[in-house]
Amino acid sequence: MSEINPSSLAEQSVGIVAAQTAHFKQPLSLKSGATLPQFDLVYETYGQLNADKSNAVLICHALSGTHHVAGKYNADDKYPGWWDNLVGPNKPLDTNKFFVIGVNNLGGCHGSTGPASINPQTLQPWGSQFPVLTVEDWVNSQTLLADYLGIQQLAAVVGGSLGGMQALQWTIAYPERVRHALVIASAPNLTAQNMAFNEVARQAIITDPEFHGGDYYAHGVVPRRGLRIARMLGHITYLSDDAMGAKFGRKLKDTIRYSFDAEFEMESYLRYQGDKFAGEFDANTYLRMTRALDYYDPALPFDGNLSQALDKVCAQFLLVSFTSDWRFSPARSHEIVKALLDNELTVSYAEVTAAHGHDAFLMPDPHYHAILRNYLHNIKVGEPS
Amino acid sequence: MSVNIAEFRHDFAIIAGWLPFGGKVLDLGCGDGALLEYLKSSLEIRGYGVEKDDANWLACMSKGINVIQMDLEAGLSDFEDQSFDTVILSQTLQAVHNTEGIVREMLRIGREVIVTFPNFGYWRHRAQSIQGRMPVSKNLPYQWYDTPNVHLCTIYDFDQFCINCNINVKQRLVLTANQPVTFMPNLMGSLAMYRLESMPKK
Repeated sequence: MSEINPSSLAEQSVGIVAAQTAHFKQPLSLKSGATLPQFDLVYETYGQLNADKSNAVLICHALSGTHHVAGKYNADDKYPGWWDNLVGPNKPLDTNKFFVIGVNNLGGCHGSTGPASINPQTLQPWGSQFPVLTVEDWVNSQTLLADYLGIQQLAAVVGGSLGGMQALQWTIAYPERVRHALVIASAPNLTAQNMAFNEVARQAIITDPEFHGGDYYAHGVVPRRGLRIARMLGHITYLSDDAMGAKFGRKLKDTIRYSFDAEFEMESYLRYQGDKFAGEFDANTYLRMTRALDYYDPALPFDGNLSQALDKVCAQFLLVSFTSDWRFSPARSHEIVKALLDNELTVSYAEVTAAHGHDAFLMPDPHYHAILRNYLHNIKVGEPS
Repeated sequence: MSVNIAEFRHDFAIIAGWLPFGGKVLDLGCGDGALLEYLKSSLEIRGYGVEKDDANWLACMSKGINVIQMDLEAGLSDFEDQSFDTVILSQTLQAVHNTEGIVREMLRIGREVIVTFPNFGYWRHRAQSIQGRMPVSKNLPYQWYDTPNVHLCTIYDFDQFCINCNINVKQRLVLTANQPVTFMPNLMGSLAMYRLESMPKK
């Protein structure tokens, strides 16, 4: 093992990237019993797959993430991919070493087959008829993408939050296909309180008059109001009280006007985030993503015994949680740690002191990134191609 | 390993002598992971460390040591009963608040427990105390105002603690400057090393 000096090499961007699409003509059986007759997965890759194909790392996204993890599509894009601070040459997930794959989950709204896609049987958008997906279904579909790319075994699966659940599921369902799992700000299932936030978000969408039972595409409208409120609620839970206090406090935009306008800065922030999201995300996708979160519970078939659920796992694990994350608290990561220890698996766990709440997993905190950098540095891969 | 750490950390070599080859070992307050790294290379142990400090945690990670970041005072419920061959508390006893609780937790988790601590009864410590100063030494390198140590004890004190808590002392070794001390160990010994187990049921 060698020490690494993070400041020794300048971090770089992966540069200009382009998304690709994999078409799957075979039907995919889902956990619900439904079947998708055919489907597309849109994905991006960064770095080079090495000669023995031992350096592939899959990044699983969370609720609103996409396949666009790093880089820009055009030089003048305002923002790079959503985890650009992690992925790139000399970055903690170093694309000089690894071949990194970002994928848009099935049911998404960024190119992979989802509720807004055309149902080949009706030639209409799927809408309400698009099946409810689970974390297990996503992982099954991701293995087909790995097959498509000629990758038998991933060096690592990395994910935060709902993405962490997918990383965990990979190790449970495909123990021989993944060597390392990096499970960040995640949990082995959602608590009742956590599911309750999802229920409120879904109710906001479903009760929007423009939802039309999920078939709003045919009416040429979208349930913007519901989606906006769902996102505003989500944002509150992703931040800590301290982080909101530090960011906004009780600051007013102007003065108190005894109205219901956005008078406090916090209100404008939430409205801005809600509006932005409602303009670019599909409500049917949001419903399904939150449902996948609710349903994931690998210990359920074992009377809640997570240690038994991880019986077949052989991957090595890094778990990271953040002290101020109350939606996926450190205690939830400890449950996974305990189950891994019970199975005598290789595991390290870091509890990062951070003020940003659940959002901390996307922030470039130096210590957090040093943890990921060190862990990924120690993963052995074959020679470059 | 390019450096044979046992040459200058005789306590590491003694601990290694008390462990089974390939055993499962938990090191509480594992610091930078030096002991676990040594045990891994010399005995092929399956080791886990518990460490709360960020910099130490990273040092462990760099060495490829399994390390769980937690405050051992906050409980060790991640670890099942009798799930380790040996649980080690190496020169950390004096810095814990809930001393009895942690030793009991160690005996719950491990079939055997190793505790090492700086002997406050060592004559150099006593001499400094008599001179009206708080002791500072190789094993107690801190000044009174920056020490993490809260529960310093002597070898006699710890012997009595084991009797009171119904803990069986399987073996006790006392070192000064890496050399074993057998003559008046509570006066002449600087580092105390204990090999403990729960008192066998009658």
